[in-house]
Amino acid sequence: MPIPDRIERTIELAQPPERVWEALTSEAGLGGWFGHRATVDLRPGGTAYVEWDGKDSKVALTIVVVEPPTRFAWTWGIQGLPASDPRRTYVEFTLAPSGGGTRLTVVESGFAQLPDELLDTAYHGNTEGWRKELAELAGYLHAPA
Amino acid sequence: MPRPDPEKVAEAVFAALAEPSRRGILSALAVRGPATATDLASQLPITRQAITKHLELLAAAGLVLAEPGERRRIRYRVNAAPMAMAQSYLAALARDWDGKLARLQRSLDATELNAPAPPSGATAPELNTPELNTPAPPSGVAAAEMEWRSK
Repeated sequence: MPIPDRIERTIELAQPPERVWEALTSEAGLGGWFGHRATVDLRPGGTAYVEWDGKDSKVALTIVVVEPPTRFAWTWGIQGLPASDPRRTYVEFTLAPSGGGTRLTVVESGFAQLPDELLDTAYHGNTEGWRKELAELAGYLHAPA
Repeated sequence: MPRPDPEKVAEAVFAALAEPSRRGILSALAVRGPATATDLASQLPITRQAITKHLELLAAAGLVLAEPGERRRIRYRVNAAPMAMAQSYLAALARDWDGKLARLQRSLDATELNAPAPPSGATAPELNTPELNTPAPPSGVAAAEMEWRSK
């Protein structure tokens, strides 16, 4: 059961890269196909906020790469995890001209990152240390009274 | 210490959740907070011995943390970190890029059909969706705006 760390899709679009770029990066675009509303500060380091109807919270995309009309990338949090979780996945769109249209590739990676809590000693300490403790306890409990 | 293998961590979560008694124990700890094996035995239709076995397994997998409780009893609480690992696995399955890219394609095709210039013979599938009927700004304006934004 390998954890899928990287998702990759390629789609052929009839529109030229400039049109696709606009749909990917503009407020009308991101707020159209991706979410229901969006505000976009289109620059590396800028933030785009995307909202969906029926969801209270906005999703913040941290824009990393803005190279019109060929490369657009952001990082964002992992669905289902609290906003405080530092892990983010990296989403990169690549636009290549393809017979008057565009070959759009999206790659999202980073799902298999470990949360910090798993790296700290509490986790390891628990796994190893308490196994021993439990064995001792089991011995203690099973000892004749 | 060796880094835990993400796959092993997620596997431990799914294995733990596959067993109804262990789901019951984890749920009880999540809902009611830290408890000893004895507390859990009084809350769940599982024998204390079975609970102890399950707790050992859950602790070994890092899903519960054991801590000293009252009267020399070990108290257990849920450890969320491995769950977060399993969640990120599920998130990868739930991202739905297929659906998003299909919507992108439809919205590009629809705005093209709504634009005055190109002759349209085909009909786009979801023209009734309001967001798809919103005309795209003229590309010159969008480009100028984009340039302005990037400054």
